[in-house]
Amino acid sequence: MAEKNSSFSQSDGSAGGQGATRTDLYREWLDMAVLTPIRVAWDDWRTQVGSIIIAFYLLMGSVGVVLVDPPNQGQGPRLTPAFQDWSVPLGTNDIGESILSATVHATPPMLQMIAAGAVFSTALATVIGTVSGYKGGLTDRVLTTLTDIAMTIPGLPLIILLAALFEPTNPAVIGILITINAWAGLARSIRSQVLSLRDHSYVEASRIMGAPTRRILVDDIIPNIMPYVLINFVNSARNVIFGSVGLYYLGLLGGTHENWGIMLDGAYNGGAIYSLQVVHWLFVPMIAIIGISFGFVLFAQGTEKLFNPRIRARHAETVEDDTAPHQQ
Amino acid sequence: MYVVKRVAQAFVTFVSVVTITFALVRAIPGGPADFIRAQVMQAGGSSEVSMSEINSLVESYTNIDPSTPLHVQYFNYLTSVLQGDLGTSVWYSRPVADIIADAAPWTIFLLTISILLTFAIGIVLGAVMAYLEGTRFDSSSTVVSMFLNSVPYYIAAIFLVYVVSIQLGMLPQSGRFASGLDPGLNVEFIVSVFRHAILPIVSLVATGFGGVAITMRGNAVQEIGEDYIRVAHLRGVPGKRIATRYVGRNAVLPMYTNFMIAVGFMFGGSVILEEIFAYEGLGLYLLQAIEARDYPLMMGTFLIISLAVLICILIADLTYSKIDPRISDQGSREAY
Repeated sequence: MAEKNSSFSQSDGSAGGQGATRTDLYREWLDMAVLTPIRVAWDDWRTQVGSIIIAFYLLMGSVGVVLVDPPNQGQGPRLTPAFQDWSVPLGTNDIGESILSATVHATPPMLQMIAAGAVFSTALATVIGTVSGYKGGLTDRVLTTLTDIAMTIPGLPLIILLAALFEPTNPAVIGILITINAWAGLARSIRSQVLSLRDHSYVEASRIMGAPTRRILVDDIIPNIMPYVLINFVNSARNVIFGSVGLYYLGLLGGTHENWGIMLDGAYNGGAIYSLQVVHWLFVPMIAIIGISFGFVLFAQGTEKLFNPRIRARHAETVEDDTAPHQQ
Repeated sequence: MYVVKRVAQAFVTFVSVVTITFALVRAIPGGPADFIRAQVMQAGGSSEVSMSEINSLVESYTNIDPSTPLHVQYFNYLTSVLQGDLGTSVWYSRPVADIIADAAPWTIFLLTISILLTFAIGIVLGAVMAYLEGTRFDSSSTVVSMFLNSVPYYIAAIFLVYVVSIQLGMLPQSGRFASGLDPGLNVEFIVSVFRHAILPIVSLVATGFGGVAITMRGNAVQEIGEDYIRVAHLRGVPGKRIATRYVGRNAVLPMYTNFMIAVGFMFGGSVILEEIFAYEGLGLYLLQAIEARDYPLMMGTFLIISLAVLICILIADLTYSKIDPRISDQGSREAY
């Protein structure tokens, strides 16, 4: 932080303006665009814990599936309680399947679903929300009507109908299906944020200077809503978890892979709620679901500060201090 | 003028929902006839019942006339829906409108209380957290809110059934009211209704208020840092007025869209919730209708759920401009 070699810093004559070498610029770019956000984010305990939890699930979905045998009938005696037989550490279910195996092997399809759904819904919402809010007029009316329709159809019942119709088995397709109208809510709130942003003086300045709409959206509007979009990306990841597990729980999604929702359904209807002996059967998938979703929520909350320019400046090594003007 | 435009838009939305619903439901393979045929075969064995018998049974159950072209079916459906006629349930052999009239109040009862409680608790807690920013209360409430927000409502529901109903035996596990009670305005019945509603409501509220609180806290903290608040303090505006009029209003405002999403989310979520608690509301009927391929009931419940969400959004939208002066002059807004 003590280094004074920034072209962003006015006080440093030698590095400012044309004096900066190419290497300096790259180094600065790396610092501003990559390292600083990581530093800012990592500064928050929520990001740390959230990242560790998400990393744990990523490991479980990659290395875990190699280390742990796939679930199979008769891996242990039926309904073994947890922490008793170390060949099945988390116990077994009613057909002797290891709960650990089932939980671990449900992870990869889950992660695929989350990634597909979150990317799909966030990208769509950002495009529709910003364009609609900024353009106004007919564009806005058409897009808002579309958004309203998508938002008004209650998501889960619609997804249930679609799941019955297409019987999807590919995790990525299921992920997109679950967010089929989840983008609408986000698009709507992005639109209402853009409505109050578009009259800000710097946006108006860009407009008067004749900048094309696309430039204004990308340079002036989207950076402002980025924190919100990022948080909602993670929130929609959480919603994919909620939705898919719920549908699997209802028995409306088929496919051959394991899922925590199927485990939950089996345990709930298999009588696990009536006996303390087999409660692990019910609680392990519950903990798996809450764990991953908690990881995402923590991560979202921790990265909230990321786009606050004052906090960023304080953490950037190439910016002298947090009051230095940031010009690009 | 804005009101008229907005209501017209809502109407267009509703017709679109009807259309999409119709298209979707018709596209589902294995119609009602197939389903009833399978049921009869399963019950009696295919050899004992002749094909013609099954077919006549199917026809007496289904009042649907698949021989007319699709666009005629659609047009007839649209006109009758707009007249309030939703057809007859294949599965229950009762008018769909009757079934919905019976089920809808229960779902709306559950969800209205849940939504109001979620937002009331969330907003108040979030405001207090923002006011006490940085204190131990703030950080511990934040953690608790975040944790509760990451619990799916149906997991909370299963957990509550496990602990409260089965292990402790304190509250009923399922149903809308105790069996053997006559619905009516007597104390016993009303108490029973509320006892049955507690767990579903708690599952939604407990997992929902945390998200509202965190959003409210963030908004309020941001508003408190704004220059105009400092100016208001310097001008000698009373603290209470700053808290409610300045910070409160501007912090609650962005949550309007959250509110709309929550409405849709909870109405959709009623399917899983009502399934867990065997609570005979719209969601449970929708699920049963899907399993039974009961087209009229499926479309009917679906439409009513959509209509309820649509009305909530319309009300929220129409009152939006009342709170936010920035967007009140909808008509005069310049399009870029």
